[in-house]
Amino acid sequence: MAMTLAEKILAAKAGKECVIPGEIVMVPVDCAMMTDILGPRIFAEQIEKLGKPIKNPAGAVVIADHYTPAATEHQSEIVKFSREWCLKHGVSFIELEGPCHQLLAEKGYSYPGSILVGTDSHSCTAGAFGCFATGIGSTEMLGVLVNGEIWFKVPESIRIEWKGSLAKGVYAKDIILQTIGEIGHAGATYCSMEFFGDTIESLSMDERMCIANMAVEAGAKVGLIAADQKTVDYLKYHDISQAENAPLYCADPDACYARRLVFDASDLVPVAACPHEVDNVKPVQDIAGLKVDQVYIGSCTGGRLNDLRIAAKMLQGKQVSKKIRLLVSPSSQRVWREALEEGLLKALSDAGSVVLAPTCGACLGLHSGTIGKGEVCVSTTNRNFIGRMGSKHGDVYLVSAATAAATALEGCITDPRAFL
Amino acid sequence: MDKIKGIAHKYGNNINTDIITPGKYMELSIEEMAKHAMEGVDPEFYSKVKEGDILVAENNFGSGSSRETAPQALKQAGIAIIIAKSYARIFYRNAINIGLAALELKEAEEILDRDELEVDMQAGTIFNLTQGKTYRFTPLPDRLLTMLEAGGLVAQLEQS
Ligand code: SF4
Repeated sequence: MAMTLAEKILAAKAGKECVIPGEIVMVPVDCAMMTDILGPRIFAEQIEKLGKPIKNPAGAVVIADHYTPAATEHQSEIVKFSREWCLKHGVSFIELEGPCHQLLAEKGYSYPGSILVGTDSHSCTAGAFGCFATGIGSTEMLGVLVNGEIWFKVPESIRIEWKGSLAKGVYAKDIILQTIGEIGHAGATYCSMEFFGDTIESLSMDERMCIANMAVEAGAKVGLIAADQKTVDYLKYHDISQAENAPLYCADPDACYARRLVFDASDLVPVAACPHEVDNVKPVQDIAGLKVDQVYIGSCTGGRLNDLRIAAKMLQGKQVSKKIRLLVSPSSQRVWREALEEGLLKALSDAGSVVLAPTCGACLGLHSGTIGKGEVCVSTTNRNFIGRMGSKHGDVYLVSAATAAATALEGCITDPRAFL
Repeated sequence: MDKIKGIAHKYGNNINTDIITPGKYMELSIEEMAKHAMEGVDPEFYSKVKEGDILVAENNFGSGSSRETAPQALKQAGIAIIIAKSYARIFYRNAINIGLAALELKEAEEILDRDELEVDMQAGTIFNLTQGKTYRFTPLPDRLLTMLEAGGLVAQLEQS
């Protein structure tokens, strides 16, 4: 039977010939990722009480990214607790290297055809590698650790095709914002969003991750892009063993999709998700001129090397407006170093931005750039909910790195095409 | 499961996890966090909810983060059951996993703030005592009802 990408992966992992939407399947979990904020500290006591061992410690990893670098003693203690718990249980622990989803990619956990669950809603990022990846809660994670498997209802799939070339100044971030604007913030609830078309195929892995990352903002369970040679090359570049053997599943041409959407990339303009919902998407030119206090380039959505390259190129030899502060947080320690070696950090810094540690901090209003009452932040992150980046009386606009950089130069929301 | 009777606290669409439990309170204990629950839309929430009350919302309840503190804080504040037109999927799984019943009801918007409701989980009925109306919902699948009855996933694992 013809199957979608999600169905193919689930069928293979469940050991079945085929699966159909609505069916409940039990699948083994290849990677169980926990963060500091929603990881061991929540369920350690319960697991202790249960007295059951962790089934597959090698497939588990705890990433301390929200509370690193710790802003308070208490945050520090949470990270310490996570570190000690990992040591005791033989689970890998990573800290201070950046947001989890970028690290999962760099370290080979986002592996094609595998099942990844994480205690973070943006775990769907790994879908860019053709990995069935989704967010779960901490208690469910406890179940996964003890049982080594999880049940899923096979989702219905939505086929999203982007064709044609992007115009100058328009990027992957604009693609996903436009898609969510069209589908709505709950339009893909429970579904698999599957991205196809020559536009998607032409994107780098950095850009594909930006797209899959935000699938959950339309309510989706997973956001999948078929793995191809670029995926394999990315894995090889990051020294991942088994890169060559990765299964490259494709959706069948006659697979059954609940909905099909087709977009023409050449029609797309730079867009922004306006407060306080991710589907409140408008062309940047319609809100141009709006006063801004902070510009943030960072996170597991918009702090990758390609984002820093775009921003550095636009800011090179110029100065950011005195009216704003520009904060840059590369999305991993590796990205930080690569950006340093390429001279991007110097260009950004010379232009007046402050380069921070790789961290979740500002993205969810915890530290390193929390906004105050009445402040407006233009950000390359993925969520603009009330209070997301700090004060509930603040406004967050989600944009591409190019729009963020143009805005930083002008001190107000600015269409990046004016700078190209 | 016995019938659940309580007062409805009514909210609208898209009550997301940053509203239910804002990120900045994530370091607090659940008891403390519950005092800030729903603060973004209703600062009085904690003080007015009584043990056994019912939270009613419309579409896409619990969207956003996978933070389980969202259903936990609501449960801690005294909410016995959530009724919404629809849920974000992670919130829905989390609620059931921690032993908080979450029901889907198409007519949720007809329920008004402070209506008195009686919910029969097994039969799949909600009786609105204030308005004298009865609604039907699809009861949860058996495997989830069993988990809820046990008190959530952990309690169920303990028993197994
Ligand atoms: S960078 Fe932001 S969206 Fe990404 S994992 Fe961290 S808090 Fe979540």
